[in-house]
Amino acid sequence: MEKIFAHPEALYDVSTHYCPGCGHGIVHRLVAEVVDELDIRERTIGIAPVGCAVVAYDYWKFDCSEAAHGRALAVATAIKRVRPQNVVFTYQGDGDLAAIGTNETIHAANRGENLTVVFINNAVYGMTGGQMAPTTLLGQKTSTTIDGRQIEQHGFPLKISEILATLPGVCFVERVSLHNPQEVFKAKQAIKQAFKNQIDNSGFSLVEVLSPCPTYWGLSPKEALDWIRSVMQKEFPLGRIK
Amino acid sequence: MLRKRILISGNEAIAEGAIQAGCNFYAGYPITPQNELIAYMAKYMPVCRPGRESGGVFIQAESELAAINMVYGASAAGARAMTSSSSPGVSLKQEGISYISGSQLPAVIVNIMRGGPGLGNIAPAQSDYFQATRGGGHGDYRLIVLAPAGVQEAYDLTQTGFRLADKYRIAVMILGDGILGQMMEPVKLSTKKITTSPLRPWALTGCKGRKPNIVKSFFLREGDLEKFNLKLQKNYQVIKENEARCEDLLLDDAKIILVAYGTMARIAKSALNQLRLAGKKVGLIRPISLWPFPEKAFQSRSKKVKYLVIEMSYGQMVEDVRLAVNGFTQVDFLGRSGGGIPSEEEIINRVNKLI
Ligand SMILES: Cc1ncc(C[n+]2csc(CCOP(=O)(O)OP(=O)(O)O)c2C)c(N)n1
Ligand code: SF4
Ligand SMILES: [Mg+2]
Repeated sequence: MEKIFAHPEALYDVSTHYCPGCGHGIVHRLVAEVVDELDIRERTIGIAPVGCAVVAYDYWKFDCSEAAHGRALAVATAIKRVRPQNVVFTYQGDGDLAAIGTNETIHAANRGENLTVVFINNAVYGMTGGQMAPTTLLGQKTSTTIDGRQIEQHGFPLKISEILATLPGVCFVERVSLHNPQEVFKAKQAIKQAFKNQIDNSGFSLVEVLSPCPTYWGLSPKEALDWIRSVMQKEFPLGRIK
Repeated sequence: MLRKRILISGNEAIAEGAIQAGCNFYAGYPITPQNELIAYMAKYMPVCRPGRESGGVFIQAESELAAINMVYGASAAGARAMTSSSSPGVSLKQEGISYISGSQLPAVIVNIMRGGPGLGNIAPAQSDYFQATRGGGHGDYRLIVLAPAGVQEAYDLTQTGFRLADKYRIAVMILGDGILGQMMEPVKLSTKKITTSPLRPWALTGCKGRKPNIVKSFFLREGDLEKFNLKLQKNYQVIKENEARCEDLLLDDAKIILVAYGTMARIAKSALNQLRLAGKKVGLIRPISLWPFPEKAFQSRSKKVKYLVIEMSYGQMVEDVRLAVNGFTQVDFLGRSGGGIPSEEEIINRVNKLI
């Protein structure tokens, strides 16, 4: 009988530290499945961020590096330049990629570094206790936007993917979501494409994943998925951006 | 065989020394007075040479922050990596240097010091001694800090720096000042083949045929970080015992010992020559490694011997001399910074007062 579902080889068989209903665990698995399907586990090098996914290397079964908060794409740039034969990707949160690390993000993209980026947009800083992120929605309450994000004080949710898509060095940008199984499937396809692009030497590819953080959204896991579908994806429309 | 001699600046000598030592990754961001170094790297890093069949990687980074984190990545991937900058840029690198130290990555960081604080000016200075030797970033870490006093020594010590970085899995800082960076002197080039990167079983190369490697500085489980810190401290202890370096001059009969490093030591040497001609019993200790500090050179000496520490700062290395002497004898200080450099004459006058 053909086995059609198994634990990915690129994922250790351990339980994660993530909260119930968190999107990080799902995306870790998608990355691992893609790595297995492309048969690149033995040449993949992942860069874990500073954020809730800081110990992603405890879950992935391939070589990994840490990076200081926001610097993943500087670290990745160097690893890929030193080892062009390896497949190098970063996995970064919204604070990591689009606040403290915006400079590294834009310049790695603009240099057209042949890298893959998995970008987890959960509209908050999860690790530090649910503060405002650059991607926090207008009106969204966080521990540093007690009355909700206000334009006058906090500006607008930052659409870093749309900004990156304007850069000639960037070959692929897609925004995906985890709010139902079909979307999770699409998310995996996009991540796979972003890895394939690197293998084909096509340049900088980024997949933004709208990912639930039930803990700091103050919602149940199911309500969190509903919130992505009914609210979050209106601000961050899904689909191929470039 | 005659070694080839060329006339180059200190900045270029450090760059050439790095390439000779097998440096195959450089990332930097322009800042005066070290711009000749980055320009030299841009030109020669990608070029193949005997012993190095493929060229190295040169990246002009978007900031010093990016540059030091690129060095982190390159070293994690097994390259011999270097970055260079001057004071304000080195301040910006401190977080990255702390991460490099916490991840036990070999790396070489060059600081061609200029005047501070803040944007300061571009005049030569030695006011980053504390930052270099005390650890400007967070955590209990140390760098090996090497301070060349001439262009040949800059070339040689850079190679030593790469060797020590690999030997101890530590970041090494080459600490010079703007004069050293800009000054041209003849350098005898090494005739050896370029050294290749040593094997690094911990490096990220893809986990083919082995368990995955992880490069990190994060130790969340209770007790793990303390254990790791103790391991670092043990390494630092071995370095302290084995890698202290200094030059000494005419110490046997000296009543007054001048202490200076880098460019300042050259001015102190001229003063010493004048003083000796006038029959004054003066000697010199020139620390070459600032960390580990050559403490032993200051010990087991008569109480009557006085030290005069001379710096292009308002008193930084003098603290290490006082720690080494530990109250045993008098330690005096002469220093200027922010553009001023203690002159031969000022040194002579001070010595005459002390005698
Ligand atoms: C230089 C620095 N500043 C701040 C922090 C604290 N910090 C850790 S994670 C984080 C934000 C993480 O948010 P995000 O990148 O969105 O990841 P998430 O936890 O939401 O997945 C912050 C501010 C740090 N570790 N280093
Ligand atoms: S805080 Fe949010 S992002 Fe972090 S693990 Fe919990 S649910 Fe996930
Ligand atoms: Mg986040």
